[in-house]
Amino acid sequence: MLEIKNLHVAIEDGSKKILNGLTLTVHRGEVAAIMGPNGSGKSTLSYVIAGKPGYEILDGEILLEGENILEMEPDQRSAAGVFLAFQYPLEIPGVATMTFLKAAMNAHLRAAGSDEIKTPDFMKRVRKAADDLGISQDMLKRGLNVGFSGGEKKRMEILQMALLEPRICILDETDSGLDIDALKVVSEGVNKLRSADRSFLVITHYQRLLNYIVPDTVHVMSKGRVVKSGGKELALELEANGYADYVSDAA
Amino acid sequence: MVAVKETVEQVRALDVDQYKYGFSTELEVDKAPKGLSEDIVRFISAKKGEPEWMLEWRLDAYRRWLTMTEPNWARVSYPKIDFNDSYYYAAPKMNASPKSLDEVDPAILDAYKKLGIPLREQEILAGVQTSKIAVDAVFDSVSVVTTFKEELKKVGVIFCSISDAIKEHPELVRKYLGSVVPVTDNYYATLNCAVFTDGSFVYIPEGVRCPMELSTYFRINEKNTGQFERTLIIAEKGSYVSYLEGCTAPQRDENQLHAAVVELVTMDDAEIKYSTVQNWYPGDSEGKGGIYNFVTKRGDCRGANSKISWTQVETGSAITWKYPSCILRGDGSRGEFYSIAVSNGMQQVDSGTKMIHLGKNTTSRIISKGISAGRSQNTYRGQVSAHKKATNARNFTNCDSLLIGETCGAHTVPYLESKNSSAMFEHEATTSKISEDQLFYCRQRGLSAEEATALIVNGFVKDVLQQLPMEFAVEAQKLISISLEGSVG
Amino acid sequence: MTIITPIRTQAEAAYISQFPAFEAGLTTRDPAGLKLRRAAFERFVALGLPHRRIEPYHYTDVRALLREVAGPAVHAKHTVALPEMAVLPSALSALEAFKIVLVNGVLDRARSDLGRLPEGVKVHEEAEPAVDGGLADDPMIALNTAFMTGRVVITIEAGIKLDTPLHLQSMIGGAAVAVYPRVTLEVGKGAAVTLVESHFGPDGVAYQNNSLVEIVAGDDAKIDLVRVNAHGKAAADFSTLAVTLGASNVFNAHSFVTGGALSRHQVFLRLEGEHSVVTLSGAMLLNARQHADTTLVVDHAVPNCQSREHFAHVLDGEATGVFQGKIIVRPLAQKTDGKMMSRAVVLTDGATMNNKPELEIFADDVQCGHGATVGALDEDLLFYLQARGLPKTEAEALMLQAFAGEAVAMIAHDGVREALDGAIDAWLKERA
Repeated sequence: MLEIKNLHVAIEDGSKKILNGLTLTVHRGEVAAIMGPNGSGKSTLSYVIAGKPGYEILDGEILLEGENILEMEPDQRSAAGVFLAFQYPLEIPGVATMTFLKAAMNAHLRAAGSDEIKTPDFMKRVRKAADDLGISQDMLKRGLNVGFSGGEKKRMEILQMALLEPRICILDETDSGLDIDALKVVSEGVNKLRSADRSFLVITHYQRLLNYIVPDTVHVMSKGRVVKSGGKELALELEANGYADYVSDAA
Repeated sequence: MVAVKETVEQVRALDVDQYKYGFSTELEVDKAPKGLSEDIVRFISAKKGEPEWMLEWRLDAYRRWLTMTEPNWARVSYPKIDFNDSYYYAAPKMNASPKSLDEVDPAILDAYKKLGIPLREQEILAGVQTSKIAVDAVFDSVSVVTTFKEELKKVGVIFCSISDAIKEHPELVRKYLGSVVPVTDNYYATLNCAVFTDGSFVYIPEGVRCPMELSTYFRINEKNTGQFERTLIIAEKGSYVSYLEGCTAPQRDENQLHAAVVELVTMDDAEIKYSTVQNWYPGDSEGKGGIYNFVTKRGDCRGANSKISWTQVETGSAITWKYPSCILRGDGSRGEFYSIAVSNGMQQVDSGTKMIHLGKNTTSRIISKGISAGRSQNTYRGQVSAHKKATNARNFTNCDSLLIGETCGAHTVPYLESKNSSAMFEHEATTSKISEDQLFYCRQRGLSAEEATALIVNGFVKDVLQQLPMEFAVEAQKLISISLEGSVG
Repeated sequence: MTIITPIRTQAEAAYISQFPAFEAGLTTRDPAGLKLRRAAFERFVALGLPHRRIEPYHYTDVRALLREVAGPAVHAKHTVALPEMAVLPSALSALEAFKIVLVNGVLDRARSDLGRLPEGVKVHEEAEPAVDGGLADDPMIALNTAFMTGRVVITIEAGIKLDTPLHLQSMIGGAAVAVYPRVTLEVGKGAAVTLVESHFGPDGVAYQNNSLVEIVAGDDAKIDLVRVNAHGKAAADFSTLAVTLGASNVFNAHSFVTGGALSRHQVFLRLEGEHSVVTLSGAMLLNARQHADTTLVVDHAVPNCQSREHFAHVLDGEATGVFQGKIIVRPLAQKTDGKMMSRAVVLTDGATMNNKPELEIFADDVQCGHGATVGALDEDLLFYLQARGLPKTEAEALMLQAFAGEAVAMIAHDGVREALDGAIDAWLKERA
């Protein structure tokens, strides 16, 4: 599904190199967790996969179903099935959430050569998905993410994930800023979307999230590389021992 | 996001030029000789069959105008206008005042049809339009038709061309014309007094809530012709009216002058809501052609607790010089100004408002959203003042500017003047570009750069858009996106 | 267009008639300097005094407000001890500093601490003006150039960092005079200095001060400038601060005004090096029929700089406050971060506040904004304080102290900041 090979990335003004030969494969239907200390390059990895401007790719490639996506625009990557649940979802004042969701869904449908969704069908789908995540109708009418609490914003990300039906979902620190109840709701939302055709890359600093979204594989990142890979037990080991070993190992 | 999608499609279909109202209509035209003189003023007055007092008023204005100089304080630059190089009267040849649409030249009706302006009452009643709107259609120098006059008359509302009003309601016109914008108010307004050719007149009697939206649609068609329209709206005690105004012009290489004067008067507890979508031809991307739009709009809240609300969407014109204002004279009166000004190409906009607080407990609110793109210059200029007796005057102003691209300019020039200790003014202004992070977020969800920009811009202007009547808001939203075409690189 | 010969006001006529004799009496005969003076004078003759139709003077019609002009202070009188000389405001008298004293616009070596200046700090006099690039179209600056009586040049050598402030005391006294101090501050690379300028003179004497301070900063310099207008109640004060910053400067300037019948303080600040941080602040406490104008032009010519402005006006009696602040962002000045705030409290219906914050922006990747508020003191807060037992005037004083103190708090130097807090206190006591 997703193959990242020897990826080297720096900030565009050349001031700092962040990813140093990162290699990682996520198979179809696999939930892979990426853990690592602050500053190890986890968020950068998620941005680079999604195509955020401001990074310079020095070397390496990212293949989605065998196709290199590095030359694609962010919206083309989205249409190809890359979904990034942001650590800090952006507020867009004045743009009603419903308007935004419809624009995004239709962009995907158009890219797939399909007809746009009819308004009643759209409403039905959004309502259903929103109910599952405990998102009120009122929230859908408000400006996108404007005045939403941290938990509401994260639920809105999962709602979008559900509607856009991506092939690879990247969850960037989705647990940050969530209390335990919100964490459960969000995790349930994610778990419902798990399927044999869909892969997940769950980026997190803490093991806590992985109690709810149980990964198939766990990768430890440090200084811009994957330094250790293993099964879900690796997360528990990290929780117990911290990152100290890996930080010094990589140094 | 229907509007965004439609917009993008329209834009794609439009090839190079995005101005979709740029067609012109071939007509037989009755024109005044080129140039400006007392004789031309007499010619216009005679064409209109005006009474003597009106001619005298015009001539007086003309003589005063000759002694005045063009203002130069606005941030706009243009070659000196040769006022003798224009036609001051151009009217399609037709019956003086057509009794029905059948008497109007089909070419004109066709022009309005292309512009999407409903002139046939039966079509509107048959539900082609979603809601009922009465229209006064002004084509170059004359009003060609006013719809729903009879129905409005039943509730006592007078809605007609100003030319008809001068003849049929001279007492009202004499009482109010020039009472809000004095003859010598400014260079362009004085010129307008001398040579105005048509416009709309609205009178809402005491206690009447106008049963439908009223609108005027201005169209400049003839080459080298100035349009000088004059609008006067009077709302008597406790009355209400919502009035809409739209403007377009053909695409031409020469600059054309449009100098309008609009006067509004509200008596006790009355309210006028005045909305404009200004889409005069802006000139091409190199700044060739386009309308010079020098407009004086002012409302006088004469009565206690009266309210005047201006909403404008300015996307057209090569130069816009326009400051719809409110004189808050009546105690407890309220003025509002909601504005979206979009500039692209080589357009120059200098627009804003004046809120003059004279009465006690008067309040005003200003929301201005400027969007600059291309090589345009976009200035907000606004004045808020509280006079000594304006106890408890309140103003809130919010002025935001958005820059798209690095070759345009956005400027904010507010004047806040308070002479009263209990007056409270709050002003805030920001200037920035569209956030890269917001753009990336939208694109991550599959929107193209163009769609994402349109979406964010629509969000930016939403507070103002929602002040517009529904149909206008949809139209305005599309217009804004079209105006910004080509600005996303 | 017809050229209309303006009718000269009494003040304009006085300036024009004074110059020939003043010029003839100059003891130094440097041709370049004389030429500059002559050109500036002619510029003034052409422009006349600024009036309300000149946009930068829209709210301060000098032509209407300035009635009479005294003759220029002449050289011979400078060194004479003046018994009626005004005294430094008490709030500033305790400030520990190196003194540089000007008497009627001319350096007074005897009263100054020139002999004990720290190493790397030099003060000398130049007879003639330096070129005032770009400022010649301001008639008041033209007058300073024409009539200046010696330019004090303060040089801080590269790398010198001063903890103790320099205190420029410009004292004016004797009969009504017009004085034209001119100061150049040159701050070397990496140097740091605090310069306090206090301007004061006797109450009841209608004298005119017209001063110009020019600052040129080397890269990495840190400059704190505090100007105190403690002029007499009948004085007119026209002052200009012209600053050109280099790269990575930290520049703070504060203007504190309690004096003068008519005052205009203008700041022209140009950022010519990247990564500089500028803070301009001011507190104006005005009463009776005082008119005080603050006009700022902050010109971002290069990318990556930050500017902050915070000005507070307290207006009592029939006073008029004017704030005009313009932030310009030139086409190349991307990543500019500029924020301006002007707040005014109008205490009486006779007082007037005119605010004109302005943004002029030609670069897109910027974060700029301004805010302005005009109003009375918060009544709820006033009531709250009264409910806690404070008499009304005391409650007001407390709130005004906080209001003006917010601007004074932006002064970096502890001693100077405390001195000005004391000056606010003194003003409020006088009011009560």
